[in-house]
Amino acid sequence: MAKIKYIEHNGKEHLIEVPNGLTVMEGAVQNDIPGIDADCGGGMSCATCHVYVKEEWHDKLPKKEMGEEDMLDQAYEPKSNSRLSCQIIISDDLDGLSVYMPEKQV
Amino acid sequence: MIKTDVVIIGAGPTGLFCAHQLGIIGLKCEIVDNLDKIGGQCIELYPDKPIYDIPAVPECTGEELTKNLIKQIEPFSFNFHLNDRVQELSNNNSVWFVKTTSGKEFSTPNVVIAGGVGSFEPRKFPTKSAEKFDGKSVLYSIKDKTIFKDKSVAIFGGGDSALDWAIELSNTSKVSLIHRRDEFRGAHASVQKVKELSEKKIINLFTKYSIKDVKGNGSLEEVEIKSEEGESKTIKADYVLGFFGLIMQLGPIAEWGLNLDKKTIPVNTENFETNKKGIFAIGDICNYPGKLKLILSGFHEGALAARGCFKYARPNEKYRFEFTTASNTIKDRLGVK
Repeated sequence: MAKIKYIEHNGKEHLIEVPNGLTVMEGAVQNDIPGIDADCGGGMSCATCHVYVKEEWHDKLPKKEMGEEDMLDQAYEPKSNSRLSCQIIISDDLDGLSVYMPEKQV
Repeated sequence: MIKTDVVIIGAGPTGLFCAHQLGIIGLKCEIVDNLDKIGGQCIELYPDKPIYDIPAVPECTGEELTKNLIKQIEPFSFNFHLNDRVQELSNNNSVWFVKTTSGKEFSTPNVVIAGGVGSFEPRKFPTKSAEKFDGKSVLYSIKDKTIFKDKSVAIFGGGDSALDWAIELSNTSKVSLIHRRDEFRGAHASVQKVKELSEKKIINLFTKYSIKDVKGNGSLEEVEIKSEEGESKTIKADYVLGFFGLIMQLGPIAEWGLNLDKKTIPVNTENFETNKKGIFAIGDICNYPGKLKLILSGFHEGALAARGCFKYARPNEKYRFEFTTASNTIKDRLGVK
C-alpha cells in the first residue's frame, strides 16, 4: 500500500491509497481521477497515461523498460522526468510519490 | 445511396470478424474505416509484433492476423470504404442514414461500431502558435514532396517517419531534424544514415531539443527550439513537419446521442446493442461489466451483434442457428462444396 498524490495540471491534488501490485495508472482510473486516459488499458501501446515525476523520485522508481521511452516520444510534451503511469507498479517503497499530469493526454 | 443490411464502422479485427458472422447468417454489409488500409490497430500500431492470445493460434503478428481475417471474409465480397470516416448518423422509422466525410451515403437498419478507441489522427505540436500555420506550412503528413524543393524544412520526431523523410528530403531541401532525446526508435540503418548525413553537414541534427515556438509574418519564417535546461535556438524554416505518431480520438461518434462512459459505449451483453435501437458497439469501444479489451472478446461480441442485426434486417424471418460444419446453406454462402 502506498499513498500516491495525483496532481492535475490545474494544481488540484488527489491523495489516494493504492494497493501494492496495481499501477499508478490503475490507481487513477479506478478512483476516477481526471487527467489520465489510458486508452490502451495499460499495455504500453499508447501514450495517454503520461505523467511527470519529481526528480528525486525519478531515480527511485523502477527503471524504464525497453519501449517506454519510445512510447513517450509520442506523448504530449514529454520531458526527461516523464513516465507512463501504467509502467509504475505500486509497492510500499512508493509511499509519498507525487505524479503531475500534463496539460492533456491527446 | 447504398442500401445494405449493416454498416460496420472500423475495419480492425473485431469489425472484420463481425462481417464474417454477418456473411455466415446471410446478411450484407459495408465496412468504413478512417485509415487507408484494413486492419485497424493491428496494422497501424503493431503489424510486426507477435500476438499470443488468439485462440488456437499460438503466435501470429498483427499483419498475419489481418491477412487471415480478410481471407476468411473473401467469399462474401463485402465492400470496404477506406480513407473515409462516418460523420453523421440520422434515423427515420428504424432506418439509419449514414454519411461519410467523403460524401458517401448509406441506408441501413443496423450500424455496428467497431471503432477501437476512435479514429487515428496525427499528434500535433503542443505549441499554440503552430495552429495558425496548420495544414499550410506546419504539416503532420506529406502528400506532395515537391513543395519542399529548395526550401528549409524542420522535421520533429525520432521514429521511422521522421528519419525517412529527413533522409529523403535532404536531397533537395535544407533539412533540420529535431528530437527530444539522443536515441531514435527508427530502424537502425536509418539512424546510421541520419548520423552520417549530420556529420557531412547535410542534415542539421538537434537532439535533446523540442519545439518552443513558430514565427512568421503571414508565411512561416523560423522555428524556435528549446532544451530542457531552457536554452533556445532559432532555425530558419519554410516548413515544419511533426511526426509524433498517431493518437486516437473518439471524433464524431461522440455526437450521435449514444450513452458514453468516458471514451466507451455501454452495451448490453445479449447482443451488444447500445441505447439506440439498431446501433451496436463491439470491441475496444464497448463497455459492460467484466469487459476485457482483447481481440478474442471482440470476436465473441461481433458474433452476437451479428445475430442482433438479423432481427432488424429480416424482421419477417426467424433466425435459425446453424453450424458451419453441417449447414449446406452456409456452405453455399462460403462457396464450398
